[in-house]
Amino acid sequence: MGKRTIIPFGPQHPVLPEPIHLDLVLEDETVVEAIPSIGYIHRGLEKLCEIKDFNQMVYVIERICGICSFGHGWGAVASMEGAMGVQAPERAEYLRTILHELGRVHSHLLWLGLLADGFGFESLFNHCWRIRETVLDLFEKNTGGRVIFSICKVGGMRKDISNENLKEMKEVLEGLKAEIKEITDVFINDASVQNRMVGVGVLTKEEAEELCAVGPVARASGVPQDIRMTDNHGVYGKLGFEPVLEEAGDCMARTVVRIREVFQSIDLISAAIDQIPDGPVDMKVPNKIEGEYITRMEQPRGEAFYYAKGAGTKFLKRMRVRTPTNMNIPAMVKTLAGADLADVPMLVLTIDPCISCTER
Amino acid sequence: MAERVFVEQNFETVEPSQLISKVGDFKADGCRLGQICGVVLDDETYEIVYSFDKGHQLYNLRVDIKIGEELESITGIYWPAFIYENEIHDLFGVQFNHSALDYQGKFFKISEETPWKPKK
Amino acid sequence: MSAYVTKSPWVVHYDGSSCNGCDIEVLACLTPMYDVERFGIINCGNPKHADVFLVTGSVNEQNKGIVKQIYEQMPEPKVVVAVGICACSGGIFKDCYNVLGGVDQVIPVDAYVPGCAARPEAIIDAVVKGLGVLQAKRDAMLEQKPAEEAPAEEAVEETAEAVEEVKEEGGEE
Repeated sequence: MGKRTIIPFGPQHPVLPEPIHLDLVLEDETVVEAIPSIGYIHRGLEKLCEIKDFNQMVYVIERICGICSFGHGWGAVASMEGAMGVQAPERAEYLRTILHELGRVHSHLLWLGLLADGFGFESLFNHCWRIRETVLDLFEKNTGGRVIFSICKVGGMRKDISNENLKEMKEVLEGLKAEIKEITDVFINDASVQNRMVGVGVLTKEEAEELCAVGPVARASGVPQDIRMTDNHGVYGKLGFEPVLEEAGDCMARTVVRIREVFQSIDLISAAIDQIPDGPVDMKVPNKIEGEYITRMEQPRGEAFYYAKGAGTKFLKRMRVRTPTNMNIPAMVKTLAGADLADVPMLVLTIDPCISCTER
Repeated sequence: MAERVFVEQNFETVEPSQLISKVGDFKADGCRLGQICGVVLDDETYEIVYSFDKGHQLYNLRVDIKIGEELESITGIYWPAFIYENEIHDLFGVQFNHSALDYQGKFFKISEETPWKPKK
Repeated sequence: MSAYVTKSPWVVHYDGSSCNGCDIEVLACLTPMYDVERFGIINCGNPKHADVFLVTGSVNEQNKGIVKQIYEQMPEPKVVVAVGICACSGGIFKDCYNVLGGVDQVIPVDAYVPGCAARPEAIIDAVVKGLGVLQAKRDAMLEQKPAEEAPAEEAVEETAEAVEEVKEEGGEE
């Protein structure tokens, strides 16, 4: 038996844009156990929601995370609409779906860049982020913001996106496909990338189910779980959506799932833009929330929960958000045990941790 | 391939003593733990909501407890529950017994102890 | 050699308790669209290599020691830039129970970047403003101790203290 050492990983670490701390118990070069400790970014956001009415609350909820901000805003709004018993106009649901999928393209490209940075492929990182800027330009043109949009509200959208702009969005994204393919092929085919990722950190289907993994982590292990298969919100049922699945469960599979989802999201956006009906994007809603409602949303990182419990006024008794990283931390801890120390950054990165989501 | 579903709002209220056997039933049924959420109902009562997912359909268990009452941990059945139980312990001050991974109140290091607990 | 420090400042970034929005904008500054590397600015992971400290998000009970520790590990002269409204004052999260407020509650801040999220152009502006402060601090340092550099023992003591601090931090957990 080798000598046991404990190496602290984080909170400030070059591969981590956000603080998480792991105590890695090592036996020689092999991790025996990883003990996560979180709470560095806990703000108490859900408590803040108690003193904001349901219109102000959307601004707070969007700031749970600057990467999937649109999805968080939509999730909270959908749960409050559910509790009120109202249904947003169809055009608004289409626009929400389009912006949410655009958010997924931006988030996955960002993550691919961080991953490339993590295994030391600096130029690949820069190419991913270069392409991502085009997506951010689309966001800025249509919503006014690059990362925080505040365009979703209870009852619909704050403003419409014109059909010309939507058409242009479709053209830009379709044109982007070739560029994205050029760099994602490097992830899939490059030998140095394969060395770092193929067969590393395998999570079997049974383990993924046992550890309740969600999102791309679960789908990379062959678990067909995607909240876009539910019909409570969005228009995914009309777009012919099928979840992306991989079987291998290693770091490469998790990367490939996300790469395929980028193209899938672009296809979903194009299909939605082809179908989108004209009409209003906003409606009048009651001025109070009663009852309770749970909505789930497929964020780029996986399933997120939004639980709204009304108090019969403009304010809520409870707005609970459970984010995908929360549910993937057990899977990360499991795959870390038995891994090489040098692979730890890869394993942490491939669950795509979003710590500001986790701790709110 | 998975089928499209419309998620119903299933809520079932159970007694704290029934919790473990109910959660065990969900596990045996092949459900996945979705989340655990704490709610302050009034100055004396907490409500803890457990959510389970099977084939994208959602089932929720509701447990009402008095402040100061303790609950049995479900980490023996669903290990990933440790995240939520430690969170609820640190924010609400609910004690979970027989936890498989208890951070002893050190999960969230916050300036104020149990900020959600109603002030007497 | 250090006369050129403002020509190629290295930055270290720490996320206090931000929503990620400002963090990804800090990273966006480094990538081809905004490309601060053409000014010689490089993001490094090691506080001991850095001249400029970019902090996003507000400080709280748990990370204030870490922010302080990173600041103390950076060599003199150094500049702190608070990126985004949360780092300036607490922003939208000011009323949260676990938010102490802006970064200036814990360490001295030289430049503030407004915005939620801060735009990359504004971040670059602030870093360039910070370089002026960096130069002024360097000039002041040179004036204070002409020719003679700081005695070596002091540096050793500082390192020993830092090591002690790390040990204490580790011991708590």
